[in-house]
Amino acid sequence: MATEATVLVQSNGHSFELPTLAFAGLPSTLCKGCGHNSITSYLIEACKAVGVNPYNTVKFSGIGCSSKTPAYFLQYSHGFNALHGRMPSVATGAALANRKLLSIGISGDGDTANIGMGQFKHACRRNLPLVYIVENNGCYGLTKGQFSATADLKAPLRRETGEQNTIPPFDLCLEAIMGGATFVARSFAGDKKQLLPLLKAALTHKGLSFLDIISPCVTFNDFSSSTKSWDWAKAHEEPLQEVGFVRRLPEIEVEQKAGETTNVQLHDGSWITLRALRHDELKVTDRKSATSLLMESNERGEFLTGLMYVAPDRPDFVTMQNMVETPLSRLPLEALRPSRETLQKIMETI
Amino acid sequence: MSVTFPSVETHPVSDGIATSPASVNDLAIRVGTVNGSGSQSANLVLLRALYAMGIPCSGKNVFPSNIEGLPTWFHIRASAKGYVGHRLDTPILVCMNEMTAKDDVRLLNPGSICIYRDDFAEDLRTIRNDVQFFPVPFAKLVEQAYPPDKADKAYRDKLRKVINMVYVGVVAYVTGIEIEAVEAGIRREFPGRKAKAAEINISAARTGYEWSKDHLPDNLPFRVERLDSTGNQILIEGNKAAALGALFGGTSVMTWYPITPSSSLAEYAEDFLKKHRTGPDGKATFAVVQAEDELAAIGMAIGAGWAGARALTATSGPGIGLMTEFVGLAYFAEIPVVIIDVQRMGPSTGLPTRTSQGDVLKMHLLGHGDCRHVVLIPGSVGECYSLTIEALDLAQQFQTPIFVATDLDMGMNLWLTDPFPYPEKPMERGKVLSAEDLERYGQFERYKDVDGDGVCRRTVPGTEHPLAAYFTRGTGHNEKSGYSERPEDWKKNLDRLARKLETARGVLPKPVIEGQVAATVGLIAYGSSHPAVVEARDILKDQGIATEYCRIRALPTSDEVTHFIERHQRVYVVEQNRDAQITALLRASLPGSITDRLRALTHYNGTPLAAENIVRPILGWEKSPSGPGWPTGNVEVDNPDKPHDAPDISPE
Ligand SMILES: Cc1ncc(C[n+]2csc(CCOP(=O)(O)OP(=O)(O)O)c2C)c(N)n1
Ligand code: SF4
Ligand SMILES: [Mg+2]
Repeated sequence: MATEATVLVQSNGHSFELPTLAFAGLPSTLCKGCGHNSITSYLIEACKAVGVNPYNTVKFSGIGCSSKTPAYFLQYSHGFNALHGRMPSVATGAALANRKLLSIGISGDGDTANIGMGQFKHACRRNLPLVYIVENNGCYGLTKGQFSATADLKAPLRRETGEQNTIPPFDLCLEAIMGGATFVARSFAGDKKQLLPLLKAALTHKGLSFLDIISPCVTFNDFSSSTKSWDWAKAHEEPLQEVGFVRRLPEIEVEQKAGETTNVQLHDGSWITLRALRHDELKVTDRKSATSLLMESNERGEFLTGLMYVAPDRPDFVTMQNMVETPLSRLPLEALRPSRETLQKIMETI
Repeated sequence: MSVTFPSVETHPVSDGIATSPASVNDLAIRVGTVNGSGSQSANLVLLRALYAMGIPCSGKNVFPSNIEGLPTWFHIRASAKGYVGHRLDTPILVCMNEMTAKDDVRLLNPGSICIYRDDFAEDLRTIRNDVQFFPVPFAKLVEQAYPPDKADKAYRDKLRKVINMVYVGVVAYVTGIEIEAVEAGIRREFPGRKAKAAEINISAARTGYEWSKDHLPDNLPFRVERLDSTGNQILIEGNKAAALGALFGGTSVMTWYPITPSSSLAEYAEDFLKKHRTGPDGKATFAVVQAEDELAAIGMAIGAGWAGARALTATSGPGIGLMTEFVGLAYFAEIPVVIIDVQRMGPSTGLPTRTSQGDVLKMHLLGHGDCRHVVLIPGSVGECYSLTIEALDLAQQFQTPIFVATDLDMGMNLWLTDPFPYPEKPMERGKVLSAEDLERYGQFERYKDVDGDGVCRRTVPGTEHPLAAYFTRGTGHNEKSGYSERPEDWKKNLDRLARKLETARGVLPKPVIEGQVAATVGLIAYGSSHPAVVEARDILKDQGIATEYCRIRALPTSDEVTHFIERHQRVYVVEQNRDAQITALLRASLPGSITDRLRALTHYNGTPLAAENIVRPILGWEKSPSGPGWPTGNVEVDNPDKPHDAPDISPE
């Protein structure tokens, strides 16, 4: 029986218990009050709730304050703090080497929308099985507050009276949908009620799950007019739907509510339940519907959050490789070297 | 030496400086054509015919960086002595491309033969009077062999290709290549469903042959005769050989981004993997990704190597530039990965289709800060195969990037070689701990030098044990892989990495040393310079200069290289780069007094290295060691070109 200090973990058909500390990490060295810390704690909670197996989970990141956070969760999981903007390629290689791994990638808005835009979009295009989280604070926290490519037009630099940004931002959810990601959501580091079910669903989705999470930088971008500040986001957040997540458990019969609720079944049988709050015109499995809603709401200056788009059926990149069931990293070395006769035959044909 | 021959076009033949003596089985042919005109098949047929006659041969394609329309040359060499290096003097020239014909003719040595299209606007015979010219009515002959076919819309296009087979017939007659061997070569080039094409091409070759019989002399000086020297040898490009190395070295993840001259390596490897590493159920024991750029290619390979795969990527100079930051990360975080650099001429986009050894030092030191990497340097296609296998093992053994440095000359040209042996050494997995190991040891620190060789233990993701996980980072770390800025931790780690490289240095492929230990003169070379050096040493020996030869096969160099330099008064280092990169590296690492013995012979105009490029400066140095004319060691300065108006072609 799972007690307070243990978590029941599911792994390839069997389950076992692990101490809760398996899901914890080192103490954070980020600023107190940084949005990234809240995301870390909800991510731990989501992992425990879904019962991910830390031994089979890998954490990736680029470079930035946000990219430091993989040290602060899942200490029983291997982690790889890669290069600035290059997290997706490293995650791609690891996923190919071991198809059984669950991959979580943490990035920043600078790491993804500036230096890493190419790798980000190519990961989306490939539908890499990866939970791709951008902790979006509209600035470069680590290098002391410069604008990133998600900084709003006219956003002031570092303080209320700072110089204004003259270039409009990228909307990373739009970029992800256009790129080919199959799970795209936006949320806010302060909205546990919405963020937690989204994280759980993202962990369960097979394919690229992209989460753009507004995460205030209390040191460089947390004045009241900043759209990436605690106050602004709390005051302006407009959840699209009420998001629920129902984990697949054999004993639970998922009950589909009719009417205003949309249910989306994920690959492993779990369900996301969405109750539209506003914009009930959004068809969450329709790319066109999702992109036009995002574009329209951007024009209106709204701050929409929730699940924008999901396509649970498109095969992911690793599945498409048609590899043997055993992870390549675990194949006996003999399986990797063709026979003496094969070499001889090849030599004869050259 | 004078050359005399009967001639249909009687021109005076100048005396004295001819370097193409009348010969048997010492042939060099240069064919100038237009890129995309299908001459590749014709040249391969000639090569196959020579091979079938048992004569050691090699072929080089000197081609432009575009797809169609620009000049391209193919060099064919046959040599009873087994010389396969490039030759500067080609006694037989075939001109199918008027654009370059005049320049090519100017480059000929007196006494050479020039076969050319008789429909050129300008008659080549006006240029020189010390060369034998054979104008051939190619256009007429090809139509004779392959009459117009109104039903076939592609006839004109095909004709343009078939015409090349006419010169195959002419060359065969002129040099004594057996027409039967040519036919067999054509059948091989157009197998199975292409049988109809084979017949057309055979007819073209025969037409050229028969015409020559009636119109050309039958006792020309450059001839081949049957030998028995090719045995069961194979003709193969270095890229294909390295691809086989990737297959038999157990590559499980290969990533790449297209770039000349490495693309064909990746493409061959992908084909081999698909064919030989896919199970009956269609399931693969590998993954190949054509990445979005070289940054992603190396990132993926590193991610895969980190997670336990045998990962490999192939690229060329511009890609190496992009991989810099990632290679530094893999060095510092200690991640196995193999990078093959098929070098082309830089800097910058440079000469994308010309050869060079310009990246060797860069590979050795790639990355910011103090980085140093193992570089394996194959000197033959056989070594392209065996050293790629070796690299995959070394990467696992030392948990670090391993470079394989080949080049365009080696990678894209055909070389004769013995069939490759099956690797007898079991594959190396390196110090990877399993869950059971962790249970037994009761502790694990990723960067602790438990064994004293600088090589630490590692775990891979998916290992079900509470001790298995660690956090991989490019930032400063302590033995536990925790973040650390402590000066002691930093220095200790960097010193251990140096120690690890020193351990690796002891097991890297040793240099191949041959020749006379007592010789005053030593020669050092590496990579594709090898064939030219072999030939150069024979020529030098004939001139009374005995040499000992050390072929470096790995960086960092082993003690044998130092000892080699210590036992010679003068050591010439042959390099296909301007800055004498390996000489510089040796100078930096050798004891001071012996560095004076090193003299660099550099060659960097984009053409493959020829024996002559080595012989001339060494002869100069050794025979007249002082006074005016003292060679500079720079091949271009010491071997002034013959007048040559290069056509103004800028493909990029
Ligand atoms: C190649 C390279 N260029 C620049 C940097 C410096 N750098 C480190 S973090 C960073 C920006 C991080 O911003 P973001 O991804 O938004 O993370 P945040 O700190 O805001 O969470 C930059 C530019 C680097 N590490 N590497
Ligand atoms: S600087 Fe900003 S982003 Fe970085 S830790 Fe502090 S609050 Fe967070
Ligand atoms: Mg940021």
